[in-house]
Amino acid sequence: MADLPIELAKAREEIEKYAKNYGLDFFPTIFEIVEFDEMNQLAAYGGFPIRYPHWSFGMEYEQLSKGYEYGLSKIYEMVINNNPCYAYLLKSNPLVDQKLVMAHVYGHSDFFKNNYWFSKTNRRMVDKFANHATRVRRYVDKHGFEKVEKFIDVCLSLDNLIDHHSPFVTRGFEIPEKIFGSENEDEETRIQIPKLKSKDYMDEYINPPEFLASQRKKIEDRRKKKRKFPSERMKDVLGFLIHFGPLENWQRDVLSIIREEAYYFAPQGQTKIMNEGWASYWHSRIMTHKVLKPSEVIDYADHHSGTLATSGGRLNPYKLGIELFRDIESRWNKGKFGKEYDECTSLVEKKEWDKKLNLGSQKVFEVRKVYNDITFLDEFLTEEFCFEQKFFGFDFNPKTGNYEIISRQFNVVKKKLLQALTNLGQPIIYVEDGNFENRAELLLKHQHEGIDLKLDWAKDTLQNLHVIWKRPVNLFTLVEGKGKLLTFDGKDHREKTVESESSPEET
Amino acid sequence: MALKIENDYNRFKQIVRGRIKQDLRKYMSSGDLIGKKGKDLVSIPIPRIDLPHFSHNPQKMGGVGQGNGEVGTPIGAGDGEQGTGKAGSLPGHHILEVDIPLEELAQILAEELELPRVVPKGQKKNLASAKEKYSGIHRAGPESLRHFKRTYKQALKRQIMTGHYSPDDPTVIPIREDRRYRSWKLISQPTSNAVIIYIMDVSGSMGTEQKEIVRTESFWIDTWLKSQYRGIESRYIIHDAAAKEVDSETFYHTRESGGTIISSAYKLCHKMITEDYNPSEWNIYVFHFSDGDNWSGEDTALCLQILRENILPFLNLFCYGQVESQYGSGQFLKDLRDHINSIDNLVTSKIDGREDIYDSIKTFLGKGK
Repeated sequence: MADLPIELAKAREEIEKYAKNYGLDFFPTIFEIVEFDEMNQLAAYGGFPIRYPHWSFGMEYEQLSKGYEYGLSKIYEMVINNNPCYAYLLKSNPLVDQKLVMAHVYGHSDFFKNNYWFSKTNRRMVDKFANHATRVRRYVDKHGFEKVEKFIDVCLSLDNLIDHHSPFVTRGFEIPEKIFGSENEDEETRIQIPKLKSKDYMDEYINPPEFLASQRKKIEDRRKKKRKFPSERMKDVLGFLIHFGPLENWQRDVLSIIREEAYYFAPQGQTKIMNEGWASYWHSRIMTHKVLKPSEVIDYADHHSGTLATSGGRLNPYKLGIELFRDIESRWNKGKFGKEYDECTSLVEKKEWDKKLNLGSQKVFEVRKVYNDITFLDEFLTEEFCFEQKFFGFDFNPKTGNYEIISRQFNVVKKKLLQALTNLGQPIIYVEDGNFENRAELLLKHQHEGIDLKLDWAKDTLQNLHVIWKRPVNLFTLVEGKGKLLTFDGKDHREKTVESESSPEET
Repeated sequence: MALKIENDYNRFKQIVRGRIKQDLRKYMSSGDLIGKKGKDLVSIPIPRIDLPHFSHNPQKMGGVGQGNGEVGTPIGAGDGEQGTGKAGSLPGHHILEVDIPLEELAQILAEELELPRVVPKGQKKNLASAKEKYSGIHRAGPESLRHFKRTYKQALKRQIMTGHYSPDDPTVIPIREDRRYRSWKLISQPTSNAVIIYIMDVSGSMGTEQKEIVRTESFWIDTWLKSQYRGIESRYIIHDAAAKEVDSETFYHTRESGGTIISSAYKLCHKMITEDYNPSEWNIYVFHFSDGDNWSGEDTALCLQILRENILPFLNLFCYGQVESQYGSGQFLKDLRDHINSIDNLVTSKIDGREDIYDSIKTFLGKGK
């Protein structure tokens, strides 16, 4: 790494000192200066110096370069969750921008290090990604470019089928013992229903036949479940495929690479609003309180407002994040929380509420440690805040062909916001059965949360799934309230209306 | 510096070009997709290549936004998956505009349609275009053309000669006499000149859809011929019962009504050629689009006569495209085919709808004239 030019090195030292004094606790942070094309490359690679070969990175690069060439967009800042933390500065930026970016980066770095949802990510990911690249290149040499690329296309089409919470359950993938069940096969034949001891003539009363029948059913169901594979539905579809899909070794490895990278990026998706909000909060604080010289104020303000702009009604995560952090800080400073405040019915009193608790600073640090976007908004989004920020919910109106504002009510806005963040806005899909219809078919189930799937894509994705599973693949979902079983058998698509995924023959 | 991503980038471009090639029919059939931008670029919005995922139906999704507006205010068109309707908390699907220089586009077009290169007729030396080329150095000239390197070299030479130069203090200061300036001379380049005359029937029976077809087809013809000739001229004639020359804007957007007398247009076309374009110096192309519903058989006979005697002998190519209108299509195409079949610079084609544009262009330009 080339050393920073002297004035940047000085600025860095200064800003790092301020950040420390404010109580930020970050990884060692290394700044590198890059030209715009390197910056675009890094951004296209998701922040990393090298990735496996795939055209999708080229596509991102094209988009970023075109945006830059025409002056439509510019990447100011990029930072990688790694220890040490790497951050890139665009060479052509003026000094005040570089300072802002540095202050912003320390915010991110602190967040990466301390936020719980990042606690399970690999902090040597730069090396890991480089290894992945090498491995894939080796497969390319061995099996040919087209073949590997095609397989990566398939994997990337499935890369949202992971379980974001699984890192907190088990690190890496372990086959749960229950998957195959350890029950004695003999038991299958005879079911012993535990009975209460009773005299013959009392038996009918103490152990009523209906009760026995229901017990029998319970046991039978339990056994049925044990015969099922996997015995419990699995959200980590990719993990399931890696272990049970009939893949060649190199394919298995490629798929596990894609899965691992998807898991690495997941927490960034889960905390986008908080992470950007936190970093913006700190760059604003550090710059305006400490660093800015009078001559830099206008440039800073221009850039800062550009970052937080909400043009065209769009929700800007930077803006939402920073405002909510500030709102929390002010509420906890004034004591606007808790039973007493909530139960106060006088709006005037509520507005004037100030208990001078000064807990704000402590609270925001606590929030950045344990929350993610969903819990953050669920807990701290208030009706007043929603009103001040002029939030609205919108929906598609098929009559006009437009997206239209449907409501400004707090509960609607909040519901829509949380809905968009649930599972990163992706449909929730489980492996329901790996031996569907007892024919080794795969059955996935879409847990319908009120929004239908995009059906044409779902079908194409099934095709990709079939490449891996090699037996017919099925997806159970709801289409306009009705159960549908989509099937792809390697040649044709079929669609069946069914009551539930386990009873396709009932139609 | 060569970037690592170059390979991925090229790969993507290949795929995109592949997409363009395969889907060319689709792009060509919808004129709206093609907007000319600047002088040499068209932008074809092609979708990002998004690998399919299990995902929510965007139209059922909605979201949250921020800003002013009453309930019911539209915030963006939900144009399928595109458009600005993706305001809110979801990342939008961007439409990637791939800008292709016109020349490259023409190349793609040629590859796809297997068009032969045009063989210009007439001698090249006929008309010369002049171009400045900076090739010499002068002692006098405007300051903006001062040649710094030469000037300093000269100053250095002078200082060494006069002994004013010392290696310990290598300061070189040019004086007035040291100054050198770039100079240019005019080079004339022989070129082939070409003119395209578009004739469109704007009688009552030609509707918006028909005009759109003409517009799209003209665009591609223009693109192709422009890649073959430098400095091509375009002239536009519209006609109903009478013909007049118009600019391109009017050409594509007028809607007139009235009857159809095709000979009026041919007369004007003939006049244009004799007045402005000497056939021995110019490559002349005429494209005529009509629904073929001529006023009378008499006029058709007159048309044929003008064509045979006054127009066809001077042209590289005469193309007649008959567009199907809601009133059906007329007789003119048949008349042409019946009577002037043997002349090989007349090409006719029938365009029933947007899908036929592709084949029609191939017919028109496939001869390499």
